[in-house]
Amino acid sequence: MPVVQALKPAAEAGPPIAAAEADVVALPLKRPSLAERCGPVFSAASARVVPPLIVLALLLVVWELLCAQAGSRLPPPSKVLTDTWDFIVDPFYDNGGIDKGAFWHIARSLSRVAVGFALAAVVGIALGVLVGQSTWAMRGLDPIFQVLRTIPPLAWLPLSLAGFRDAQPSAIFVIFITSIWPVIINTSVGVRQIPQDYRNVAAVIRLSWYEFFWKITLPATVPYIFTGLRIGVGLSWLAIVAAEMLIGGVGIGFFIWDAWNSSRISDIIVALTYIGLVGFLLDRLIAALGHVVSRGTSAS
Amino acid sequence: MGAKAYLSFEQVGMSFRRGTHASEVLRDVDLRIGEGEYVSIIGHSGCGKSTLLNIVGGLLKSTTGEVFLEGQVVDAPGPDRAIVFQNHSLLPWLTVYGNVRIAVDKVFGGTKSSKERHDWVMHKLELVQMAQHKDKRPHEVSGGMKQRVGIARALAMQPKVLLMDEPFGALDALTRAHLQDSVMDIHAKLGNTVMMITHDVDEAVLLSDRIVMMTNGPSATIGEVLAVDLPRPRRRLELATDPEYTGCRAAVMAFLYSRHKLPSRAA
Ligand SMILES: Nc1ncnc2c1ncn2[C@@H]1O[C@H](COP(=O)(O)OP(=O)(O)O)[C@@H](O)[C@H]1O
Ligand SMILES: [Mg+2]
Repeated sequence: MPVVQALKPAAEAGPPIAAAEADVVALPLKRPSLAERCGPVFSAASARVVPPLIVLALLLVVWELLCAQAGSRLPPPSKVLTDTWDFIVDPFYDNGGIDKGAFWHIARSLSRVAVGFALAAVVGIALGVLVGQSTWAMRGLDPIFQVLRTIPPLAWLPLSLAGFRDAQPSAIFVIFITSIWPVIINTSVGVRQIPQDYRNVAAVIRLSWYEFFWKITLPATVPYIFTGLRIGVGLSWLAIVAAEMLIGGVGIGFFIWDAWNSSRISDIIVALTYIGLVGFLLDRLIAALGHVVSRGTSAS
Repeated sequence: MGAKAYLSFEQVGMSFRRGTHASEVLRDVDLRIGEGEYVSIIGHSGCGKSTLLNIVGGLLKSTTGEVFLEGQVVDAPGPDRAIVFQNHSLLPWLTVYGNVRIAVDKVFGGTKSSKERHDWVMHKLELVQMAQHKDKRPHEVSGGMKQRVGIARALAMQPKVLLMDEPFGALDALTRAHLQDSVMDIHAKLGNTVMMITHDVDEAVLLSDRIVMMTNGPSATIGEVLAVDLPRPRRRLELATDPEYTGCRAAVMAFLYSRHKLPSRAA
């Protein structure tokens, strides 16, 4: 069955801490001190944090070396930092219009994503549950979903503008239509995977359709739903930045477009960094939410 | 047992259809079970025992004949015929308590207060010795404990008939013996009518008032019915040398392993 499953709901592989623990355990006879007992925790954390920092530093050095010569088309990191220092240290300024700090742009983009993505989540879960109920609905609709989900977000924008005749709802619609497919597809697959055992139990105690939905379908499908939501939120963050470039106004997407038009390359680079970090945080947020909501669901 | 029919099977037959091809699994099953009676169904794997139990449970509809419970035709699943499933079938996102509570809320939601339902759940968990594990989730307890919770959930529905589909099949011998003793205790206390499927001869003899032996499929039916005239409470150690016990055991063995060893229409 075709599942959009770039991300699995399974737990992530833990950091390699076994070696560090072995060292501590090997200490003979002495009661381990606080530092020693915390050792494994710290080394586990540093094993996670240190390598990316080293790689990042190396990349910055290479970048600096490559772009430091006069006549280079892109600024080196040192110049990016000096150019944008004011912008970085004061994300909350507001000079009216679109001349605002990074916080306001990101907040605006996020609010669009929040609305569009929330709609997609509700409608997507509902449709996914409906489609998952019936083999025929699944057979009929799945190929259509599979085609629709490959349409790039921006391709929807002109149609959306034609329909809504207004930039704001169009942007939200683009988010919605981009992120809904993985939610529908994963939810419906999840519903189809509900074990017959649960259905039998529900039949014996005579759960109504409504009770079955809340007490069986949703909890049993939660890991699948969150897989879909996680893919969806990533797609909607991709989509909003692109859509905002076209619709204008406050938002991190148009901020980049505006910076390009005024040749503020350093601003673009800072904005890209912010976009990446926010996207990363969104993904983690949904993953963490899924983890909390579905604790115990996957293990049986 | 001369008890009047409480649960009765009248000419029950079952065929499964795959496309145009229909395969007959059960034919002409006739059986009467008295109130409070403990009846085991024994037969080789694949003969149709689960199918028969699921028909009583209402999860399957027989293609011919009917099942009656207290004179009423059985045509849908319901809590008056609670099922203990072979694979426990607990909901993994609910605690031990929650798994029993969901059934109690549904069955007694209109007749018992919340406090009464809580006490009812706890009482059933105590009955299967799972009260101290009430806040654990199914994956945190052993296979035998899961099965105990499954039994508690079924008992909590206060069923007219308790249906058990190889309830101890997936357990090791020691755990199984423990659970069998628990089930005997509970049956002595509550006097439920029980229909249990098993493929274990000792289990059948130890627990049952009557053992229903099924012929091999396809078109399986009841081959013989054996009454086990052993006084209760029964203790497995004392029974090992009891002539009635060994006699029953030999009779069931003879049915299963000599007369119905090969898949053939019979008896
Ligand atoms: N839903 C079904 N569709 C088709 N055949 C089935 C179905 N359920 C059971 N059967 C067939 O019926 C026969 C009896 O199955 P079952 O009742 O599970 O046997 P037992 O519980 O005695 O091992 C088997 O041959 C099985 O393949
Ligand atoms: Mg079976």
